[in-house]
Amino acid sequence: MFDLEVLVTTERERSRKRGGLALGDPAASSGLRFKNRRPEVPASGDNKVKICHCFIRKLLCCSVRLNPDATFLSGGGSFKKGKSKEAEIKRINKELANIRSKFKGDKALDGYSKKKYVCKLLFIFLLGHDIDFGHMEAVNLLSSNKYTEKQIGYLFISVLVNSNSDLIRLINNGIKNDLASRNPTFMNLALHCIANVGSREMAEAFASEIPRVLVAGDTMDSVKQSAALCLLRLNRTSPDLVPMGEWTTRVVHLLNDQHLGVVTAATSLITTLAQKNPDDFKTSVSLAVARLSRIVTSASIDLQDYTYYFVAAPWLSVKLLRLLQCYPPPEDAALRSRLTECLETILNKAQEPPKSKKVQHSNAKNAVLFEAIALIIHHDSEPTLLVRACNQLGQFLQHRETNLRYLALESMCTLASSEFSHEAVKTHMETVINALKTERDVSVRQRAVDLLYAMCDRSNAKQIVAEMLSYLETADYSIREEIVLKVAILAEKYAVDYTWYVDTILNLIRIAGDYVSEEVWYRVIQIVINRDDVQGYAAKTVFEALQAPACHENLVKVGGYILGEFGNLIAGDSRSSPLVQFNLLHSKFHLCSVPTRALLLSAYIKFINLFPEVKATIQDVLRSDSQLRNADVELQQRAVEYLRLSCIASTDILATVLEEMPPFPERESSILAKLKKKKGPGKLPDMDDSRRSVNGSTDSTHSFTDVLNLNPAPSSGANLLIDVFSESSAPAAATDVSEENFPRFVCKNNGVIYENQLLQIGLKSEYRQNLGRMYVFYGNKTSTQFLSFSSSVSSSDLNVHSKAVDPVIEGGAQMQQILNIECVSDFSDAPVLNIQFRYGGALQNIAVKLPVMLNKFFQPTEMMSQDFFQRWKQLGAPQQEVQKIFKAKHPMDTEVAKAKILGFGVALLDGVDPNPANFVGAGVVHTKTTQVGCLLRLEPNMQAQTPNGNAAPPATDPSFPFGAGLPGSHLGICSRCRGEQGDGFVGLKGTWPKSHELKVAFDLASFLPPDGRVCERLLLRT
Amino acid sequence: MIKAILIFNNHGKPRLSKFYEHYNEDTEQQIIRETFHLVSKRDENVCNFLEGGMLIGGSDYKLIYRHYATLYFVFCVDSSESELGILDLIQVFVETLDKCFENVCELDLIFHVDKVHNILAEMVMGGMVLETNMNEIITQVDAQNKMEKSEFFPFFSFSLSLYRRLSFSLPGRTGRHRPVLQERPLVPYQL
Repeated sequence: MFDLEVLVTTERERSRKRGGLALGDPAASSGLRFKNRRPEVPASGDNKVKICHCFIRKLLCCSVRLNPDATFLSGGGSFKKGKSKEAEIKRINKELANIRSKFKGDKALDGYSKKKYVCKLLFIFLLGHDIDFGHMEAVNLLSSNKYTEKQIGYLFISVLVNSNSDLIRLINNGIKNDLASRNPTFMNLALHCIANVGSREMAEAFASEIPRVLVAGDTMDSVKQSAALCLLRLNRTSPDLVPMGEWTTRVVHLLNDQHLGVVTAATSLITTLAQKNPDDFKTSVSLAVARLSRIVTSASIDLQDYTYYFVAAPWLSVKLLRLLQCYPPPEDAALRSRLTECLETILNKAQEPPKSKKVQHSNAKNAVLFEAIALIIHHDSEPTLLVRACNQLGQFLQHRETNLRYLALESMCTLASSEFSHEAVKTHMETVINALKTERDVSVRQRAVDLLYAMCDRSNAKQIVAEMLSYLETADYSIREEIVLKVAILAEKYAVDYTWYVDTILNLIRIAGDYVSEEVWYRVIQIVINRDDVQGYAAKTVFEALQAPACHENLVKVGGYILGEFGNLIAGDSRSSPLVQFNLLHSKFHLCSVPTRALLLSAYIKFINLFPEVKATIQDVLRSDSQLRNADVELQQRAVEYLRLSCIASTDILATVLEEMPPFPERESSILAKLKKKKGPGKLPDMDDSRRSVNGSTDSTHSFTDVLNLNPAPSSGANLLIDVFSESSAPAAATDVSEENFPRFVCKNNGVIYENQLLQIGLKSEYRQNLGRMYVFYGNKTSTQFLSFSSSVSSSDLNVHSKAVDPVIEGGAQMQQILNIECVSDFSDAPVLNIQFRYGGALQNIAVKLPVMLNKFFQPTEMMSQDFFQRWKQLGAPQQEVQKIFKAKHPMDTEVAKAKILGFGVALLDGVDPNPANFVGAGVVHTKTTQVGCLLRLEPNMQAQTPNGNAAPPATDPSFPFGAGLPGSHLGICSRCRGEQGDGFVGLKGTWPKSHELKVAFDLASFLPPDGRVCERLLLRT
Repeated sequence: MIKAILIFNNHGKPRLSKFYEHYNEDTEQQIIRETFHLVSKRDENVCNFLEGGMLIGGSDYKLIYRHYATLYFVFCVDSSESELGILDLIQVFVETLDKCFENVCELDLIFHVDKVHNILAEMVMGGMVLETNMNEIITQVDAQNKMEKSEFFPFFSFSLSLYRRLSFSLPGRTGRHRPVLQERPLVPYQL
């Protein structure tokens, strides 16, 4: 490696100058050597110097042109082609050995040498060689007092992080010292190191320290900047370790800081934090708008040096606009108009003549502009701005700068999903199609395909699909599969006329057969089978397509299947008589792979049923040695079985067995799922119903889209063709909703809700007021994959939003899904989680009742004794009260009962009830529409559990002294003890604002059914 | 967030690599090779953005690059960064290098690994943009240089000043001697 050689030689040179190496050093004769010596030996003649330069240049040119890896061997400066890589490794190993011996040597190295060698190690590492030593020396450097040594030490650590725990402790120690040093340079180095390494150990050690540095009044600006980003980094890598606290409000005020660098760093930090906790950082919106407005409208003088090629603080503007994208449009009218004004100014500036011809000027200006457009699209509320944004992007579509065309296509994709601007986007269709045809850059063409997909609706579907098909013929291989999927989806979604759909898919197979995945051709068959009107046409078309001398195997599959089902529809024509059809299919037979042949065999047996006249011909084929004795078990078996079936069975039986396939049940499009998976979430333009209905698509298209189902319906009789699908399965039995573990979750939020021999479902949930979040963990207990995994939540009363999950769970792996739950009003039915997946070919259906009960939305309320009883008394009406008496199976344990009541959600009020054995609690149920306060009292009857089992006398006077609820709220729970009937008594009272009244009250007390079963679990079971 | 910053020359030799997410050494080298492969086959005049290679996260990440003289500067970023903003950042980085090294060329990056890293650290920290104001960056770097000088004689600048004196007299500076920013006003190669 030449560079290294220079490096090393130079080093030798230096040490020789300082009286180090002897002249006999092999490198001394190197040509490179000469050049380094030159300043020492003043040029005696120009000629000589020239020769030497020519020599160096030649060497350089050789190494560059002939072989990028060329190495100058240290001996003699000769250049050997081919062996260069070896030589480089040899040279490097030698150098590594040298450094290692220096580090290990007896003589303590001075800081300078250490720095020198660490630098060399860095360079060798950059070239791709493992460095397994030197870490200790780096730590020593890092702890030095000298800036240069410290700095190189930190550099080494952040480039070559090593999770060696001993070392991390030492490094952390060094960092701690530097953070405490009050020397801004050292503090910066330390913060940089934490941010660049970002390991968990470091987060543990410093996560609480850095917020202090960040908001401390006396911290230097540069340190503040570093601290903000460092905190951001830690929040990304270990969010659980960064404590939220008082500092967050002060961070928001950094947006007002004098120093724009600090503001930029703080904006980045706030943006990330606000994505997680939008409520905590709401105040940042007004500050950000104010700041943005000052930047956008200011003359550029007051922006220090942050004006970049005549654009005022472009970076900060971009960051601020990103921050604003975390929030909806501001509600405050003044703020909103100020923001609108800013966005308008940015759009106006785009129309002004540029202040500079330089590309940097336009880049910076457009960076801000694109971000502003992104914000406008995000807000999606100002039609005028949206249209202006769209026009601006339209201009960029034809800009001579490729980067702008690329970005314009990308932004338009998101714009197309907004209902205000969808029509406006459509006006640019010609330009986009043109881009698809003429653009030189594949990245740009790909964006054009995305945009066409996004802007497609019923009015332009035919044109767009045609353009995409014609592009497919020349498209880059890397994006063909994606285009095929997109064409298949669009053709299906916007098909008015299904003959067009069939034509399109057959074209697709013809043009790009290799890229047509199974989903696509399964899909066309499902649609043909489900739609009577297209079957005859499909049979005719595939018959014609199969006549091509070379057709793709996928076409043979589709052709075989469709002719097998619907060949009779075209058999009337003598040109496509049964025998012609059969011969046509059979002519392709030998060119196909085993699965296709198996499918064709099934088509043949179907022919026997459809056309008795070709029975003999087909039987001959089945009987031939190449079928009956085929090496492939599957083919052989089919041939034997079909042959026997055709010989033995009567026409009636054949007709029943080989009946036409029943329609497929409707399901979500798996092609769409595949495309989503391919592109990753968020990448795909949102083809939401809302948008489509805006654009005039009717519901019938929608339902048609959902016809998709890869799984044949439960077989009626023997659908022999069923097994041609590799994915086919035993019919999935409808399952009952599992409630087995449901009651366990009344008082707790985490645990296992469902488990069978395949799958374990665990839950972790948290609730705040009327909102809840549930983490559902799906554990695959087997060693094989679960395929086509999907889950949905059905709920009648709650708003449950579930994040999409990956369709595959690997064996032994666990997958997490997040459900966001909103309680709108009081409810009684818990939501049900429906899960479907495929295990070893069998479709599994599981339904689990999710433990979301009304009591999950309790917020505990503390109150004084007097307060409690006063409210208790106010609730006296019969419909305000629910009470239950139950029998305990286990001894009543005070601590357990306390824990259960707390788990139930109410606050446990100590010292309220005169009888210390009783439990009293209070809480407020939060729903979106209303809040309901509840009081609870539980009176255990300790005597009932005495060993002799005698019923104890009533512990309390039956005329219970208090019965009341919260003023303005409507439910009370009272409890008392009735020893003669059971071991405990719990009562509820309530009036609800709506007419539910007692029903709801009882639902709340659903843990207390008449027989006391669940209540007992709640209160008494350990 | 910036996931990685890579600089390599026209032949794919790495000149600087900075990863803000942890990969092992082998993967890092493979990423550099893959990125080089993706970037180098692109024509001039095409756009400066492309989807990342499989190793670095595929289509969720973008590669944003610029080609100057003999060097490619590649930033791998996620969707939270503005593409044009990153292009500007690359320009600021190169201009800063140019100011710090006076006519920066590939060899400067080889001989001053540490300095280049320091300059980069002033701009990007833990994958986030720290500072974009060139004057501020240069002030910081100058302050560091001063501290360095006050501590001891700089180590590597020696070899470079020597090298430069030699290479100046070479007719037609090629390859590694070619200044990254060939002319001022600064115009990147492909634009």
